[in-house]
Amino acid sequence: MEAFTKLNGLVAPLDRSNVDTDAIIPKQFLKSIKRTGFGPNLFDEWRYLDYGEPGKDCSGRPLNTDFVLNQPRYQGAQILLARENFGCGSSREHAPWALLDYGFQAVIAPSFADIFANNCSKNGILPVVLDVDVVERLFGEVATTPGYRLDVDLEKQQVTTPGGETFRFEIDEFQKQCLLQGLDEISLTLQHADEIKAFEERRREEEPWLF
Amino acid sequence: MNTKTLYDKLWDRHVVRCAEDGTCLLYIDRQLVHEVTSPQAFEGLRLAGRQPWRTGANLAVPDHNVPTTDRSEGISDPLSKLQVDTLDANCADFGITEFSMNDIRQGIVHIIGPEQGITLPGMTIVCGDSHTSTHGALGSLAFGIGTSEVEHALATQCLNQKKAKNMLVSVDGKVGAGITAKDIMLAIIGEIGTAGGTGYVIEYGGEAIRDLTMEGRMTVCNMSIEAGARAGLIAVDEKTIEYVKGRPFAPKDDLWEHAVAVWQTLHSDPDAHYDRKVHLDATKIQPQVTWGTSPEMVVPISGRVPDPAGEPDPVKRKGMQDALNYMGLEAGTPMTEIYPDTVFIGSCTNARIGDLRAAAAIVKGHKIADNIKRALVVPGSGLVRKQAEEEGLDEIFRQAGFEWRQPGCSMCLGMNDDRLSPKERCASTSNRNFEGRQGPGGRTHLVSPAMAAAAAITGHFVDVRTLED
Repeated sequence: MEAFTKLNGLVAPLDRSNVDTDAIIPKQFLKSIKRTGFGPNLFDEWRYLDYGEPGKDCSGRPLNTDFVLNQPRYQGAQILLARENFGCGSSREHAPWALLDYGFQAVIAPSFADIFANNCSKNGILPVVLDVDVVERLFGEVATTPGYRLDVDLEKQQVTTPGGETFRFEIDEFQKQCLLQGLDEISLTLQHADEIKAFEERRREEEPWLF
Repeated sequence: MNTKTLYDKLWDRHVVRCAEDGTCLLYIDRQLVHEVTSPQAFEGLRLAGRQPWRTGANLAVPDHNVPTTDRSEGISDPLSKLQVDTLDANCADFGITEFSMNDIRQGIVHIIGPEQGITLPGMTIVCGDSHTSTHGALGSLAFGIGTSEVEHALATQCLNQKKAKNMLVSVDGKVGAGITAKDIMLAIIGEIGTAGGTGYVIEYGGEAIRDLTMEGRMTVCNMSIEAGARAGLIAVDEKTIEYVKGRPFAPKDDLWEHAVAVWQTLHSDPDAHYDRKVHLDATKIQPQVTWGTSPEMVVPISGRVPDPAGEPDPVKRKGMQDALNYMGLEAGTPMTEIYPDTVFIGSCTNARIGDLRAAAAIVKGHKIADNIKRALVVPGSGLVRKQAEEEGLDEIFRQAGFEWRQPGCSMCLGMNDDRLSPKERCASTSNRNFEGRQGPGGRTHLVSPAMAAAAAITGHFVDVRTLED
C-alpha cells in the first residue's frame, strides 16, 4: 500500500448524504478480478448518460455535464468533500479502489460508514471526519472559490484551508500508523503467529467443535 | 463491573492480543467466501507466497453471479463466468471446501451458513459481504469485511479490530397478526436511521424478537448494516439450539452436549451496560413499505409519500426531493396507490422456506395482476428450493404467474441477468432500495414476502391484513 503523509489537493464537492457504495461503483463493474482499472467507472450512473458496461471505452461516452466531477473546474481533484454517512451499504472494496484509481486520496465528510472507512485506510485513502458545521462551511468555500485546495496533514491530524484556518481530525492510531508508513498489515499480524497458535490451542480445548 | 453484554462475551473470548491503543487481534472462527470479493484476496496470497492459515475454517460458494435460469449450459456472461471459474480454481488450489454452482447445497452465502450448521453460536464469522450480520441471529459475532481483510483473515485467521459500542434495540410486546420480521426491522431502521447503528453492534431483544422464528431473526440481523451497524446479535435460546441440532456441520453426540452447555451462556447478563438503548412498541408496528432510495425512507402501508417541504434540515430535504425525483413519486401519494410492475421474492433477507411459505399463502388461488410484467421467486438455496417443491409451493407460484428460479442473489443486486430496466418499479423482499441497486434507473420498494405477494396479486401496495381469501 502507498503511504499517506501529506496532501495539498484540489477539492471536489459531492453534495449528497448517504452516498452508498453501489453509487460509487455500480455492480456490473464488480465482475473484475483485478484491483485496478475502476477509475473511469467511478460514480458511473451519475457521471454518464448511457449505461456503463465493463470493458466499454468510457472516452466516447456521453457525459452528464451536471455531475460535479464532469465540471472543468474540478478536473484533477484529489480530495472529495462529502456529506453524512458516506460509503454506506455494500462492503465492496471496489469503492475505494475506484476512488483511488480516479485520483482521490482523501475524502472529507461529517461521518462515514464503518466498513467503507476501514476499506479506505487499507488502500492509502484517508477518510477525514470533520464536524458537520465545518463541512458545511467548506462546501460554501469550495462553491465560491475556483481552484479551491486544502492541505491535509495526517501526522498532525489537521486540515488547513487556503485562508490558513486549521481543523483537527481524529483517527484511530493503528490506522494512522499503517497509512503513514504504508504498512503491510498481514506481515505485522504474522509477527504474532506464536500467540495466534497458542490461542488456537487453548480454544481447541475449550470449544473443540470449532476446529 | 463484571456484567457483560453478549457482544462483550463474544469479543472477550476471541481476543488474541490487544495493543495499547485498543486495537486488538480478533480470532476468526469461520470465513465464508464468495466469488465477487475474493479473487483479489487469493491473488494477494499468491503474490506474497502465502497459504491460508487454516483452510478448514473457510467455506466458499458462488452466489452473486450465478444464473437463476437453466444452468445446464453454464454461465453465458463471460465476465460472470470468469469470476465463478476463478472461485472454483482458487478453492481447488488452496484446498478450500466449495459448494459449486451445481451442488444442491449451493445458495446465497448467508442462507447456506445457518442451513448447513456452518454458522454456529459463539463463533466469530466474517465474509466479504456486508450482510454477514445475518449470522448474528444464532448468537455469533458476524460482520462484513472488505477484500483486504478477506486476504488478512485467510492468511492469519485474525483481524485487527477495535471494539464497537453496545446498542440494545428492544422490541417490546407482541406484534399484531400478519406483522413479520421484515416489518419489525424496517420499523427499527425508520426509527434509528441508516447511520443510527454506525460504530455499534446492535443486540436485538424484547418479546417480539424472542417470539420470532430463527429465520425471522436472521431477517432482522441481516439488515443491521442498513441501520449502519456492522453486526447484529440475538441471544441464544432453546429455539437457537433446536435450529442448529442435526445440521450437517453441527457438532454431534458428546461434542453436541458440550457445545450446548457453552451456548446456553450466550446471552447478556441482566444488568449489562449498553451505550445506547432504543425501545420500540411492537403493538404499533404496521406492515412497512419504503418510498425512497434509502432504507430509512420507510412508512407504514397506511401512510403516504412524505413531503420534503415538511423537513427542516436542508440536507435531508434535498435528499428527500432527490429520492422522489428518482422514484417518480409525488409527495402525499397514499402508499396503496403505488403500482409496481415487477415483484421480486428472494435475497439473503427473505428467501428462506418460511418466507416462501408466507408468500405462497397469499398467492394461492390467485393470478398476478395485469400490470405486473414480471414476478420472480428465487429461493435462497438449492435445499430451500427442494423443500418448497416438496411442499408444492413452486406450483402455487407458477400457477399464479410467477417464475420459479434457481438459487442465488439474483435481482437483489442484478449482477446476473435478473435486473430492472430504467424506471421499472419493483416490490422487492431484498434489503437495499439504493439508486440503481436492482438495475440502472430501477425503482425499489422494500417489503416483506407477504406484502410483495399481496402487491403481485392486487397490482398495488396493499395492507396484506386486509386481503380476503
